[in-house]
Amino acid sequence: MLIRLEQRPEPSAGMVYVSPVIAVVLTILTSMVMFALLGVDPVKAIVTFFIEPISSLDGVAELCVKATPLILIGVGLSLGFQANVWNIGAEGQLVIGALAGGGLGLAFFDQSSVFLVPAMLVCGVLGGMAWAAIPAWLKTRFNTNEILTSLMLTYVGLLVLSYLVHGPWKDPEGQNFPESRLFHDSALLPILIDETRLNVGFLLALLVVVAGWVLISRHIIGFQIKVIGMAPMAASFAGFKEKRLIWLTLLISGGCAGLAGVIELSGAIGQIVPTISPGYGFTAIIVAFLGRLHPVGVMFAGLLMALTYLGGDSAQITMNLPNAVTGVFQGMLLFYLLASDVLIKYRVRIGAPKIQREAAE
Amino acid sequence: MAETPRLELIGITKAYPGVVANNNVSLKIMPGEIHALLGENGAGKSTLVKFIYGVQKADAGRVMWEGQQVQISSPNVARKLGVGMVFQHFSLFDALTVEENITLGISPELTKDDLAGRIREVSLQYGLPLDPGRYVHTLSVGERQRIEVVRCLLQDPRLLIMDEPTSVLTPQEVDELFKTLRRLSEEGVSILYISHKLEEIKALCHTATIMRMGEVVAECTPGNETARSMAEMMMGANLVSPERTDRQTDGSVKLELRDLTAVSAHHHGTDLKNINLKVRAGEIMGIAGIAGNGQRELMEILSGEVRVDDANSVQIDGVAAGRLDPVQRRLAGVGLVPEERLGHGAVPDMSLWENGFLSAAVKMKLVKNGFIQIAASNAFAEDVVNEFNVKTPGVSHMATSLSGGNLQKFIIGREIMQNPGVIVALQPTWGVDAGSAAAIRQALINLAAQGAAVLAVSQDLEELFEISDSIAVICEGRMSEPRLAENITVEEIGLLMAGVAQEKEPADAD
Repeated sequence: MLIRLEQRPEPSAGMVYVSPVIAVVLTILTSMVMFALLGVDPVKAIVTFFIEPISSLDGVAELCVKATPLILIGVGLSLGFQANVWNIGAEGQLVIGALAGGGLGLAFFDQSSVFLVPAMLVCGVLGGMAWAAIPAWLKTRFNTNEILTSLMLTYVGLLVLSYLVHGPWKDPEGQNFPESRLFHDSALLPILIDETRLNVGFLLALLVVVAGWVLISRHIIGFQIKVIGMAPMAASFAGFKEKRLIWLTLLISGGCAGLAGVIELSGAIGQIVPTISPGYGFTAIIVAFLGRLHPVGVMFAGLLMALTYLGGDSAQITMNLPNAVTGVFQGMLLFYLLASDVLIKYRVRIGAPKIQREAAE
Repeated sequence: MAETPRLELIGITKAYPGVVANNNVSLKIMPGEIHALLGENGAGKSTLVKFIYGVQKADAGRVMWEGQQVQISSPNVARKLGVGMVFQHFSLFDALTVEENITLGISPELTKDDLAGRIREVSLQYGLPLDPGRYVHTLSVGERQRIEVVRCLLQDPRLLIMDEPTSVLTPQEVDELFKTLRRLSEEGVSILYISHKLEEIKALCHTATIMRMGEVVAECTPGNETARSMAEMMMGANLVSPERTDRQTDGSVKLELRDLTAVSAHHHGTDLKNINLKVRAGEIMGIAGIAGNGQRELMEILSGEVRVDDANSVQIDGVAAGRLDPVQRRLAGVGLVPEERLGHGAVPDMSLWENGFLSAAVKMKLVKNGFIQIAASNAFAEDVVNEFNVKTPGVSHMATSLSGGNLQKFIIGREIMQNPGVIVALQPTWGVDAGSAAAIRQALINLAAQGAAVLAVSQDLEELFEISDSIAVICEGRMSEPRLAENITVEEIGLLMAGVAQEKEPADAD
């Protein structure tokens, strides 16, 4: 018996959606084997990992809080990725955005204003955009590779954060801990459900999903993004301006990352700390691909990825499993996704090739 | 001796997903015979040849080599048997000499003693002048092809496969090549000559096998057939020559190039030098020339993908247009058909309606406040499909799912439906089945009849003579003076293509 991959005449529309499901199922099955080998009851481990964290209202709220930055950044990145603009530095844009918004919050730490939160959000977006503008300028001016420049700028951004919390922005009454003052209450994002951390940021993320969806499927800019990614020559034939799209996609993804950063600060943390993000900017790359570079898909992928973070925590606490399990999950998920994506363009055939007379045209 | 065929294929079948490339194909080539393999693009010629040369495996069928059954499992096996092949696309290194290139492409035992001497010997013997010490980048396309031929001849082939060898040659170079091939044939070498150029096959080949849709549909003696009868066998239908309306070339000048000089944006590209050209309303201007002589650069400048420094050097309806971008040019009434269908003229993985939108968005007002008018875009694409008889189940299907001919009809139709005053088409029927090619030519003729200026750049001289009112030739970035199509012969065009003709004086003094 021979198993072959056969190219489909047209990419399968159904497989685009089925493939992530296959990837998730395979990830769960493989991890069950892994748990069994570790000597842990696989079913119990899966329940602890995927069900327990969201079996309470608080858990669901926490899931949304974690998913918020992943969704925000993922939507922004997916637009760029579709245009073959590879912004790998969302983590740095997140940090700089957080610092821009958080800096404003710190400046007004003892004053109350209804305008403070909106102003911080705007500063966050601008900060992220500014950081993403550097690779955009370098790419359009000197044709540098944005993968390298944006990634390297991430480390610069992290060092800036480190300098600020260890130096000028350190809380004067904080016993020398590398943390800033606490923000004023009016600098914190409104909480949606009492007793949880679920805040307005999640709604903003959903808004960005809808905006991204409209942009990519209905707007001329989304069309240009897709064309330039799929067929750059056709884009220049149609008169689309490549440099403008590079700027635009980098600014959008940088702005989204910056927004995610400031939401994380003013929604979940409440002050500037040395570690603002546990790598949301990098995980969002997986989220973008897992979500098929489509805003709605990114939303689901963001929720799923957030679940792996929570599941990792709960598995660590209740079952003594190492935290690295989270990373293993995320890695497996991406691996299986890329593998099952083959099925979008190919189908599996068993047995020798058949001759299809009727198809010969 | 002559009774045993050099090569015999029996019942070769090869299927790709969704298409049978070869179905039960049988073929017999005798020693010393020049055998034509004739068929439209996609008829299965290339697949069959890949099989003979060991590049691909067939699903079923047998190969007999001089009466013995053989398995040609790789090109090495093929070479050992004595099969030599000259590919349509050369595999040469520009930065190496002729000798070095040949060394790289033949079995090591042949490279040992005095290869340069033997190259000279073979090239003299067969009238293929070639200097082993020359660097490839200094050679013309015809000379490059000689390297490939000599490379094969050094290995004493008993069957030589030539895949569309004349598509890059001038008529004169074709004559030289034919002399060589006839000489080889006299020495007993069999030649499998793949082409769709009927006149050449009539002139050169002893027998012809005609393929259509993966099957052998006829065998004939080209000398006893007419080009038309062979074309009909190839297409399986009666050929319809395009209907010409009265020539009306006295209209106003719609497109003008004035002393257009431009440096190519590509590596190893061709710079355009002092091009002057006027295309009038109702006129079809054909531009002949061997590929790589500036056609691509000309197209980029006409489409606005590359903008020239001097806005005046491109005039559309008497207005300087050299600095306009592609969208502005379309608004000015220019329709554009690039050479590459997939990836340039159309986005392969997008639907037809999106591909219609691609170039028609602004002109046909398919965008409102930045948003795509999906219903209107679908309607536009459907109009194109209906008007130009594009065979597709619907406009939501992807561009890649269409055959070359159907996609080209869609692309041309998309441009024509925008009512262009000027249309520029590069290789409008390249790689397109004969039926679609005829429809496309007719569409261009009709468009000109309605008063548009048509500029058709093509390597296919038969096509140019069929549709053009005037013909100019581009060679090394220079454009010859256009001549009325009835006042110029193929031979004259051939000389111009080879760059033999007189230097054109920059006549315009303004």
